[in-house]
Amino acid sequence: MISISDLFIPLTIAFILIFGLFKKVKVFDVFVAGAKTGIATAFRILPSLIAIMTGIVMFKASGALELITGWIAPLTDPAGIPKELIPLALLRPISGSGALALFQDILGTYGPDSFLGKVASVMQGSTETTFYTIAIYYSATKVNQTGRTLPCSLTGDVTSFLFSILAIRILFP
Amino acid sequence: MMSWILTGLIVLSIICGLATGNLSKVSTAALEGSMNAVEMFITLLGALCLWSGLMEVAEEAGLTKIISRLLSPVTKRIFKGLDPKGKAMQAISMNMTANLLGLGNAATPLGLSAMRELDMLNGGSTRASDNMIKFVVLNTASIQLIPTTIAALRLKSGSQAPFEIMPAVWIVSTAALICTMTMVYLLKAVDSRHDKHQ
Repeated sequence: MISISDLFIPLTIAFILIFGLFKKVKVFDVFVAGAKTGIATAFRILPSLIAIMTGIVMFKASGALELITGWIAPLTDPAGIPKELIPLALLRPISGSGALALFQDILGTYGPDSFLGKVASVMQGSTETTFYTIAIYYSATKVNQTGRTLPCSLTGDVTSFLFSILAIRILFP
Repeated sequence: MMSWILTGLIVLSIICGLATGNLSKVSTAALEGSMNAVEMFITLLGALCLWSGLMEVAEEAGLTKIISRLLSPVTKRIFKGLDPKGKAMQAISMNMTANLLGLGNAATPLGLSAMRELDMLNGGSTRASDNMIKFVVLNTASIQLIPTTIAALRLKSGSQAPFEIMPAVWIVSTAALICTMTMVYLLKAVDSRHDKHQ
């Protein structure tokens, strides 16, 4: 079975190259020149990548996620927030691969069409790996004072989490 | 900001490691983390070169101009003071297109080139410009039309309707986008008042 999503990337690449040829661009030479700038950017972000990944992997190994879930349970339980989803909400902004594993775990345990499975799907789809994105994006620049970036991004993550629960309750009563 | 987050993560890991008795795991994780980073770097190096090359072709062919013109009704309202025909705006538009289509692997490299363009407009300052903040926040808010990865995973675990959650994702993403952009403006007011007092 061919799925549309598998076609997206190859088609995009082919489309850009064909469009280039059509406009009489020396596609190969221009591609190589552009790719060269990618090398510089990649090396520029490597040190931040090492720093942030070390912190994240240590955090995941420490069992902090389970501890924090227990600490905030007295706050989230009365608010009607399912405690099964707290670890996903906590891990999502920090680790993309970790959150994906946790998400698959929730789908497997509770079923993709259950209430928890649906909320987890919406959460996963409407959020990003916030800390990683901020660290990587700014490391391509000279900026070290990121100002409002993190508080604003985290507002988005909290909103997404709460609205995911609300949206599923309303759309699938 | 990143210094505090990094130190905080590591201190918290040690405290929690002590509390849960996972300290030996935390210690191996330190080295493992840096190794993971190099693995990710190699993956990213490939994707970065590929999309930087394609971006250059698209730019030379005038394709990025067309896309940035299509998105300009939205982008010119969000990114104020940017030349609507400039390189930065073109890179931003390409990144937004990749995000909307759910092309995650392309979005990051395109976003990084947009950040470098915005950095050049920032005059060597170490403080993030308003447009940089908006652009990064927009990228952390994950705006996508078709959540392909999630639908695929739902299907794999036996969902009867893998795309059923799509309207909910749109509603939640839009709500989050409105909240984050409101915060960007609200905190800007706080920031500028703070500057005046200094």
